[in-house]
Amino acid sequence: MGELIVNTSGGAPIPLTAYLIVSLIMFFAGIYGFFTRKNLILILISIELILNSVDINFAAFNRYLFPDRMEGLFYALFVIAISACETAVAIAIVINVYRKFGNTEVDNIQQMKN
Amino acid sequence: MTQQIIFSILAIAIALFSVLAVTSKRIIRSAIYLLFVLLATAGLFLMLNYHFLFAVQVTVYAGGIMVLFIMAIFLTHKPGKIMERRTNLKLILSMLLSSGGLVLCGYIILRNVTRTYNYLKVSEMNMQDIGHAMMGTGKYQFLLPFEAISLLLLTCIIGAIMIARKEKNIETNDNKDLDHQ
Repeated sequence: MGELIVNTSGGAPIPLTAYLIVSLIMFFAGIYGFFTRKNLILILISIELILNSVDINFAAFNRYLFPDRMEGLFYALFVIAISACETAVAIAIVINVYRKFGNTEVDNIQQMKN
Repeated sequence: MTQQIIFSILAIAIALFSVLAVTSKRIIRSAIYLLFVLLATAGLFLMLNYHFLFAVQVTVYAGGIMVLFIMAIFLTHKPGKIMERRTNLKLILSMLLSSGGLVLCGYIILRNVTRTYNYLKVSEMNMQDIGHAMMGTGKYQFLLPFEAISLLLLTCIIGAIMIARKEKNIETNDNKDLDHQ
């Protein structure tokens, strides 16, 4: 805490904190949507917001703290791929739910098997 | 100076559209606001000099996932319908919870990220380096997770097809019984 290292290049036009604040706003918007929405697709949209904010954090930390490495870049890539998988399966489930119940509200889904 | 202007435009767009995406009353508008958020995020990646990540974000997220979302919305909703929401008490509670978390984490970030960084003025990251790091098996190289992701994608394709197809088991069993008879 309070660790202070002198900025070696002086060339960063935008501080790291700005990226963190932007991704923080996106993250908590996603949390809010996750709590308040009733619709399965809108809950999924909130989850996408949360995952996307984490991507920004990975890329910004990698660029600012370890600019000669690529770990954050690859983690962001893998998070994007995994969220694509997750969205595909979740939308298949949503379509199946719609076929069984006629809409996609979470309150209808009270038993896993009918 | 130009970078700061562009960054502030992108940051305002992200904050505005991500709040709109979770509060909008119509579902198709939420999807379109999410698309704007994803494109602005791609812009942030471009500002960080990660061109490959920018391309992946635009093609996979803004291209693929958004088409999935919009097709799913068209399959299951009337796009202009006004959505139901939770009751008022839950709305206020979750607003308090999320804004409290926002304030807490923002305070922690603003107070504790005093560690300054070395932002090297390197130009664009070399595509050959990214390819070698993705396909190599040595230290700091990522062949194993790459292949694991490809297996995961295959599994997800099969799983999505299995879940989303129509179940005709009963009929086919009946047909088989008829055939046997």
